[in-house]
Amino acid sequence: MAQMTMIQAITDAMRTELKNDENVLVFGEDVGQNGGVFRATEGLQDEFGEDRVFDTPLAESGIGGLAIGLALQGFRPVPEIQFFGFVYEVMDSISGQMARLRYRSGGHHTAPITVRAPFGGGVHTPEMHADSLEGLMAQQPGLKVVIPSTPYEAKGLLISAIRDNDPVIFLEHMKLYRSFRGEVPEEEYTVEIGKADVKREGKDVTLIAYGAMVHASLKAAEELEKDGVDAEVIDLRTVSPIDYETVLESVKKTGRAVVIQEAQRQAGVAANVMAEIQEKAILHLEAPVLRVAAPDTVYAFSDAEEVWLPNHSDIVEKVNAVMNF
Amino acid sequence: MKHVLENVESQFEMFQILNEDGKIVNKDDMPDLSDEDLKEIMRRMVYTRILDQRSIALNRQGRLGFYAPTAGQEASQLGSQFALEQEDFILPGYRDVPQLIWQGLPLYQAFLFSKGHFHGNQFPEKLHALSPQIIIGAQYVQTAGVALGFKKRGKKNVAITYTGDGGTSQGDFYEGINFAGAYKAPAIFIVQNNRFAISVPVEKQTNSKTLAQKSVAAGIEGIQVDGMDVLAVYAATKDARDRAINGDGPTLIETLTYRFGPHTMSGDDPTRYRTEELDNEWAKKDPLVRFRKFLEGKKLWSEEDENKVIDEAKDDIKKAIKQAEEQPKQKVTDLIGNMYEELPSNLQEQMEIYKEKESK
Ligand SMILES: Cc1ncc(C[n+]2csc(CCOP(=O)(O)OP(=O)(O)O)c2C)c(N)n1
Repeated sequence: MAQMTMIQAITDAMRTELKNDENVLVFGEDVGQNGGVFRATEGLQDEFGEDRVFDTPLAESGIGGLAIGLALQGFRPVPEIQFFGFVYEVMDSISGQMARLRYRSGGHHTAPITVRAPFGGGVHTPEMHADSLEGLMAQQPGLKVVIPSTPYEAKGLLISAIRDNDPVIFLEHMKLYRSFRGEVPEEEYTVEIGKADVKREGKDVTLIAYGAMVHASLKAAEELEKDGVDAEVIDLRTVSPIDYETVLESVKKTGRAVVIQEAQRQAGVAANVMAEIQEKAILHLEAPVLRVAAPDTVYAFSDAEEVWLPNHSDIVEKVNAVMNF
Repeated sequence: MKHVLENVESQFEMFQILNEDGKIVNKDDMPDLSDEDLKEIMRRMVYTRILDQRSIALNRQGRLGFYAPTAGQEASQLGSQFALEQEDFILPGYRDVPQLIWQGLPLYQAFLFSKGHFHGNQFPEKLHALSPQIIIGAQYVQTAGVALGFKKRGKKNVAITYTGDGGTSQGDFYEGINFAGAYKAPAIFIVQNNRFAISVPVEKQTNSKTLAQKSVAAGIEGIQVDGMDVLAVYAATKDARDRAINGDGPTLIETLTYRFGPHTMSGDDPTRYRTEELDNEWAKKDPLVRFRKFLEGKKLWSEEDENKVIDEAKDDIKKAIKQAEEQPKQKVTDLIGNMYEELPSNLQEQMEIYKEKESK
């Protein structure tokens, strides 16, 4: 099996689907000759031609509208938003339009679109590039929101997203792009959208996370093990719809939960997870469900990112609080 | 049936005063500038070129953060800024830090902006400007508002904004020029057409032959200017400013220019999308070379003058980077404190938590 970074796995998924389905189109700012500013589309224009992989003019709302129009013509658009911090420019196309196309037309029209974008923080981008805006997407009925945390899942989930007949927002954490490699099969495979994954089994407490925070949670779990706390780590992988079955099953087993997100406390999806746990499993709980999140400010200036972003120590602290409740 | 596109496009010819050899080709439009002014413009261009070189080096050493190189665009940036009054309002893009500096932004604050420190954006009172816009196009719509504000207050000032060729594709670009036109607001919209939006050539941005002609749809004046000719840029901006404060409405100015360096210092590799031939072709148009020749011809500039500016710039930069590095690091409590006039309860609670964490 090949060892790939997450960005290589993402390119590989697009290559696979460009090959499989001539209706798949990849486009966005700088995705052609340049291969994207993160090189996610590296080599794809050379391989599939400018008809299938192309640069757009610089306008996110234009890109969103173009995707909808091409979907109406039977294509399967895979547009890239260069940084998800720019999503406000394309909010109407995403939340106002593609999310409602099936609904408004009673199923007559669909929007089989996969909007890909780098998101999250910790890589010292200029202002407004980094943010965790998945909550904005997750609260829009009609969208699916997928966030992979490993190269293996990135490829399998992206292939699933491209094949999905409803719009999928596919968010790629910038810090995970090249921070490690993982095993990725060269052949095609899918990872089901809407299914969480137990990344580590444990019996004392359930840590529920997604994106880069999955890795912070795993690190916290290792540290906690030294103190005799056996943490289970669940990677949501899809933050809309959320796989509550897996979450509830785990919480019923451990009786304790901490929900972790990189987004601000008032944003993200942690609050939904906590609400669902207390609605469906309150009698199994030994302690209140706590959360780890960033403070409720606008995303930190890059010089202060490191102190602003939640990390594994914050997780350990909250786990100790639920263990000692 | 009449098809007018070709006719309209052919009206937009590049406005130039100095050619590549530093010779005046358009005496009639030569602006009324004193010898002192001419020397000052040269001083600023040389200084800004050194600042660019040093900023790139400091970025590579990890002492600066985000930086978008400016070499090649000095005439577009500084020629237009030189036509402003202190009370005018600037809405710059991320590459337009030099205009802010020459309008009164202390150098160490420009460095703090680069490092991602909010103090870099706490501008001095006399500088009427926003910090560089990151969201491409946002500044254009806001400019219509600032300009309308001047008009409503009866002020004889203009709002000036900058974007690139790529920026003209944003809806905000059209909304901005159209709103300003609708209100006949005193605004100047500059497009620095450096031919590439990161990697995408302007030919892929639009089917328009010029970007200046986009003014026609908004019903405002538009002009395409040689953006490597500082006198042409100055003259066009001055004319736009005069008409704006006279109540004649906004102007769109397209400056034809080139960025000699990479898009930003964050991993851009221009060899992936630009040829060496094109780089060389534009190097010949270097705005500093052209203006230096012109001034030397008038005996207004010497190697000694040049070296004096270079030393001055290097010295200032050394002091400013030191001052930027001495600035206290931002704390989460600083960020929380800057959120609202009065902190809501969630942030009050978080303020306490972080105060305690930071005191450890
Ligand atoms: C709304 C928005 N979309 C995308 C970007 C990313 N981006 C930054 S600069 C740039 C290209 C801009 O090109 P142009 O407007 O020609 O200006 P130049 O950088 O050449 O000065 C892009 C796509 C952004 N900052 N904002």
